[in-house]
Amino acid sequence: MNSLSPGFRGRRRSLAERLPPGQYPTESFPVLSAGPTPRVSTEDWTFTVTTERGDTRTWTWEQMTALPQQGIVQDIHCVTRWSKFDTRWRGVPLDAFLEDVATEAGFAVVSSYGGYTSNMPLEDLLDGRAWIVHTYEGYPLSPEHGGPARLLVPHLYLWKSAKWVRGLRLVIEDEPGFWESIGYHDYGDPWREQRTWGD
Amino acid sequence: MPWRRVRLVERRSQTPSARSLVFAAPGWPGHLPGQHVDVRLTADDGYRAVRSYSLAAPADGESIELGVQTVPGGEVSPYLADDLPLGADVEVRGPLGNWFVWRTEQPAPVLLVAGGSGVVPLAAMIRAHHRTQSRSTFQLLYSVRTPDDVWYRDHLADGDPRHDVRILYTRQGPPAGTRAPGRVGRSDLDGPASRLQPASPVYVCGPTGFVEAVGDLLTDMGRDPATIRTERFG
Ligand SMILES: Cc1cc2nc3c(=O)[nH]c(=O)nc-3n(C[C@H](O)[C@H](O)[C@H](O)COP(=O)(O)OP(=O)(O)OC[C@H]3O[C@@H](n4cnc5c(N)ncnc54)[C@H](O)[C@@H]3O)c2cc1C
Repeated sequence: MNSLSPGFRGRRRSLAERLPPGQYPTESFPVLSAGPTPRVSTEDWTFTVTTERGDTRTWTWEQMTALPQQGIVQDIHCVTRWSKFDTRWRGVPLDAFLEDVATEAGFAVVSSYGGYTSNMPLEDLLDGRAWIVHTYEGYPLSPEHGGPARLLVPHLYLWKSAKWVRGLRLVIEDEPGFWESIGYHDYGDPWREQRTWGD
Repeated sequence: MPWRRVRLVERRSQTPSARSLVFAAPGWPGHLPGQHVDVRLTADDGYRAVRSYSLAAPADGESIELGVQTVPGGEVSPYLADDLPLGADVEVRGPLGNWFVWRTEQPAPVLLVAGGSGVVPLAAMIRAHHRTQSRSTFQLLYSVRTPDDVWYRDHLADGDPRHDVRILYTRQGPPAGTRAPGRVGRSDLDGPASRLQPASPVYVCGPTGFVEAVGDLLTDMGRDPATIRTERFG
C-alpha cells in the first residue's frame, strides 16, 4: 500500500489542460478578502489614474459606463486553489483609461476602497489583458465579489484583480501591494505556480 | 516553500462530522496562531487535490493540529475526516497567510467571532493567549447550529479568567438557554464590542455568508474596518 494518502481517489481528471498546477475546478464562487466588504455606491464611485509625475485623470461611474464596453469570458484562478472556468463579465479594457496617459512607468499599483492595494507590471494591464468590470454573469457585480467595480486581470492569480477598485498609480519602481508585502508572490502567474515569496 | 510529508498520529471527534487531526511534521518551522496550511492528497494514478486547512493549535515543536469539517460530497474533507488511516502520510505546505494572525505583542482586548468550522484558527489564538502572561482579555462569540456542533469544549472552558466565551445557537439552543436560537445579530455584538478599544483587533472567520453578515454588522456599529480581519472558508 502506498503510504501517501492511501485510498484517496479524488474526482474526474477532466479539464486538465485548462487547470493550472495545484488548482481544482469549482462551480461556486468563493470569496477571499482581508477584511469586511466595503459598500460603495455608484454615485460616489470614481476611478483615478495617477502618473509617476502626479498627473491625474478621473472617471465617474457615468463616464466609465459611457466608454465602449466589452463582453469578457475568462477562466479565473484564486491562490486559495480554486479555479472557475468561463466566467462572464462586462467592462472596459484598461487600455481605454491608459491610452492618453503619457508615462515612463513600468509598474502599476491598483488601489481599492477600503485600502487594499496590489502591484503588477504595467504591461500586464495593457493590450486587452485587463479590465475594469462591473457586471458578472449578466448582473451588477455584488459587493462581496468587488462591486460596484473591480479590476480583472485573469492571467494572474485573482488577488491581483483588486475588488472595489478606485485607482491606479503608475510607478517607475515596483512597490509591493497588500498581500505582496506579507508573503504572496510579487507577480503571481498561476501557470508557474507563483503563490508565495520564493516560488 | 517545500511540500513536506506529515504523518497522521491522532484523530479525535469534535462533533459527529468534525475531526481534530494531529500530524507529526518533522522539521516544521513553527507558525503564528491564525495561519493555515495547504494539504495535498495524491491518488494512485498521480492525481492530486489540494485544500487549505487552518492550524488549530499554537506552534508545538514538530506537531501540527488541524480541524476538518466534513463537507458532504466534498473531494478532500470526507477523506481527511474519516478515511485517511492513522500512520499514513499526506503532504502539507506552509505555514501560509500572514494577515489573519494574532501576535502576542498586538494590542488587546481582542474579539473573535467564529461561525461553525471558522472556530479552528480562532481556537489557536485563544490557546496561544492562554499561554501568555498578558492581562489582556479575549472574547469569543461562537455561532453553531446546535449544542452538538460545538468544537473544542475543553479548550473553550479553559477556566482562564481573561477569556469570555459565548456560544450562540442558530437552530436549537440548550434547554436552559436564555437567548432564542437565531443568527448572530446586533444585540449579540453590542456587549462584546463595548468592551473593546477603538483599535482593538476583531477576527471573524467562517463561511462567506457568515463573515459578510458579521463584517457588515460591525462596520454599521461604527467599528473601523481596518481593525477587522476576516478569513472566509468557502
Ligand atoms: C484559508 C482557508 C482556511 C480553511 N480552513 C479550514 C479549516 O480549518 N477547517 C475546514 O474544515 N475547512 C477549512 N477551509 C475550507 C477547506 O479548504 C475546503 O474548502 C473544505 O474542506 C471543502 O473541501 P472539499 O474538497 O471537501 O469539498 P469540495 O469538493 O471542494 O466541494 C464540495 C462542495 O461543497 C461546497 N463547499 C466547498 N467548501 C465549502 C465550505 N467550506 N462550506 C460549505 N460548502 C462548501 C462546494 O461549493 C462544492 O459544491 C479553509 C479554507 C480556506 C480558504
